[in-house]
Amino acid sequence: MNSLLIDRIIIENMLRKITTKLLLVLSLSLFSINFASAQEGHEAHPENHEATAHEEEKFDIGQMIMHHIADSHEWEFAHGLTLPLPVILYTKQYGLEVFSSKRFAEGNGVYNGYINNHEHIHRLNPQGGLDEEVHVWDLSITKNVASMLLSAVILIVLMSTVAKSFAKNRGKAPKGIQSFIEPIIFFIRDEVVIPNVGPKYEKYLPYLLTLFFFILVNNLLGLIPGGANLTGNITITLFLAVITFIITHINANKHYWLHLVKPEGVPVAMLPLMWVVEIAGVFMKPMSLTIRLFANITAGHIIILSLLGLIFIFKSFAVGGVVTLFTLFMNAIELLVAFLQAFIFTLLSSMYIGSAIEEHHEADHGH
Amino acid sequence: MELLTPAIGLLFWMALVFGILVFFLKKFAWKPILSSLKEREDTIESALRMAEETRAEMAKLKSDNDKILAEARAERDKMIRDAKNITDKMIADAKEKAVVEGNKIIADAREAIQQEKAALVSQMKKDMASFSIEIAEKVIRRELADKSSQEALVSTLISDANLN
Repeated sequence: MNSLLIDRIIIENMLRKITTKLLLVLSLSLFSINFASAQEGHEAHPENHEATAHEEEKFDIGQMIMHHIADSHEWEFAHGLTLPLPVILYTKQYGLEVFSSKRFAEGNGVYNGYINNHEHIHRLNPQGGLDEEVHVWDLSITKNVASMLLSAVILIVLMSTVAKSFAKNRGKAPKGIQSFIEPIIFFIRDEVVIPNVGPKYEKYLPYLLTLFFFILVNNLLGLIPGGANLTGNITITLFLAVITFIITHINANKHYWLHLVKPEGVPVAMLPLMWVVEIAGVFMKPMSLTIRLFANITAGHIIILSLLGLIFIFKSFAVGGVVTLFTLFMNAIELLVAFLQAFIFTLLSSMYIGSAIEEHHEADHGH
Repeated sequence: MELLTPAIGLLFWMALVFGILVFFLKKFAWKPILSSLKEREDTIESALRMAEETRAEMAKLKSDNDKILAEARAERDKMIRDAKNITDKMIADAKEKAVVEGNKIIADAREAIQQEKAALVSQMKKDMASFSIEIAEKVIRRELADKSSQEALVSTLISDANLN
């Protein structure tokens, strides 16, 4: 991987971040304005806020966007077309509870002593207030979990098919879906993993390939209308970044640790400062991984949703036409971003791992 | 903010699903795929190497062929040259022989002529002698036919001889 490409990616990322910030500010200001006005009728009926909003023919773009990018206990493909998902709760006092999210919809957000307050489930005390003493462990199959399971099934089916096809076409030219996946595997192995991880790449290749395809498939699933925003969820990106962090530090060699404690060519007086910088650097890497993927994907969703929201705000055909074109354009960009972000996450993970296991001393730690 | 707070449930499922996914894909997808990729790469590489070797061999064969051809051509040239030499020599020899033979014939002829000439001359000498003798005989005979003159002569001769 040449540095020119990385520079370009970094510049492109900075530009994206600036636009993202602007749009976030824009949409959040809209959100807060609407939130304030929506709050009055909100307290009494925690879950039927949207229903009232629709009944009153009042469109709240901030709420709509947040609803779409946040996780949910049910999978709403379109208004009225909702897939109920299993709710799994565990409390020390009441044990395990499993029921369909339809129960919450039927009970207006309340079922069997539990209340679903904006996708946060709490226990109600007999008086009808929140029971603060009971901590509810919410292990529900939410929209994101369901989407993740779907992506896992897709990946397993896809990759086993490809593996079978490989076994069948042993020593022959690739065929069918294999010829689509194979260049990607080649690309990840030869352009991303080998140059950055180094000669001991084989140990890390399965993880990095899984990482790439998991992010890619979920990015693409997130672009489908009605899809979940899994890779734009900070839990997921944090988890993946932490795994990379753990792999990096479990396998890190003497040079890596030595570099942290005593960087070469640094005067002794500067060492304490360098320790702070180095240790900050160590934790900045997973942080940047987490936030880059999360912000890129979420921002993309927010932009598309904001554009679509304009139609409902202006209620005009002209705006609808323009917005449709813009959304189409944004979708194309998001498609690119889906590949790009999966690639960057894998590339940076490879670089971090590579920098920690590199044998030579003149290791560049990628910061 | 809501968006920036990790959710425990999601984390739990993510850890589970991602762990299974890595394990499953590693075992049933990446391992066979990567091994057959490697195998194919090796096959391609060995095929390329073999092609390269074959090409080198072909080049070698070709150069050998050229060499053999050149040798054959040289041989042929040499044969032609030898044949020409032999012919030339034969012609030259024949010429020389002819000249020698001719000279010899001429010499023989000359000798024969010389002999003939000598024989002729001796014959002529012989004939001339006998002829001269004949003539002398005839002359003498006629001279002697007149007896008185002879007697006169003899008497003169005797008289001359007496004077001395």
